[in-house]
Amino acid sequence: MTISPSTLVPGIIAASDAATVTMAEPVARFSLRAHAAERETVGGALGLDLPTQVGHVAGDEIEALCLGPDEWLIVAPEGLAERIARTEIDAAHSLTEITDRELTFRIDGPRATELLTTGWPRDPDSIAPGQGRRTYFDGASVIVWRDGPEEWRMDVWRSFAPHVVSLLATGCAELVAG
Amino acid sequence: MLLIHCPYCGETLPELEFAYAGEAHVVRPDPSTASDEQWRDFLFIRSNAKGPHAERWRHIHGCGRFFNAVRDTVSDRFLATYPAGTPRPDLSLSEDER
Ligand SMILES: [Zn+2]
Repeated sequence: MTISPSTLVPGIIAASDAATVTMAEPVARFSLRAHAAERETVGGALGLDLPTQVGHVAGDEIEALCLGPDEWLIVAPEGLAERIARTEIDAAHSLTEITDRELTFRIDGPRATELLTTGWPRDPDSIAPGQGRRTYFDGASVIVWRDGPEEWRMDVWRSFAPHVVSLLATGCAELVAG
Repeated sequence: MLLIHCPYCGETLPELEFAYAGEAHVVRPDPSTASDEQWRDFLFIRSNAKGPHAERWRHIHGCGRFFNAVRDTVSDRFLATYPAGTPRPDLSLSEDER
């Protein structure tokens, strides 16, 4: 299946009885870096208790995923981007908007996890529902969020998206090909 | 595929998430005072160990951190991984004694 960047608009991209791949509506994204000594102050200003364990998620409307010891991905509704960017933070940090860097795809359905194994060397069950990770999917660095046992989100750098989505769409059909 | 324990993530993960980054504990001499021989050694001379080898790895498709590992170059077995900036562990000691 060929997917060109121009066909990547929010909505269902591939679906079968095994799984559905949907491109999500846009969200606001920020990359946050802060050292341990500043973590509480920086998190407090953003209204977040920034998690310290890699892979853990905090927050509700504004979500923070701990990617590394001093790095978090902040995801929020698009309308909050400006407010987050203007947050006054009285501690050393770096807060960079990366909203347009990635596209988000939802992968869900009864065999969603199995579909991900087509390009993912990692054990999916090392990620509990409610957690996320930066990881490696068929040549691309991606961020996965596990929203439920068979509900995943994947943030993919946009230039890698046609490749990643093509593989997922092929897998979607292959899983029910019998 | 090698399975590598990242000391920052606390997880043992597939090699594809990592990048190799050469021998560990190679100290850069002060270039203003180092002799040509010392500078050559820093740039080019490596231990090329047959057996346990201390080396740098980066969890590039993960937490992004550099860390160190002792890997046996004969068996490819990882004997230990430890954070960057900490000394090479004495593997003759038991894990509790290190
Ligand atoms: Zn790591």
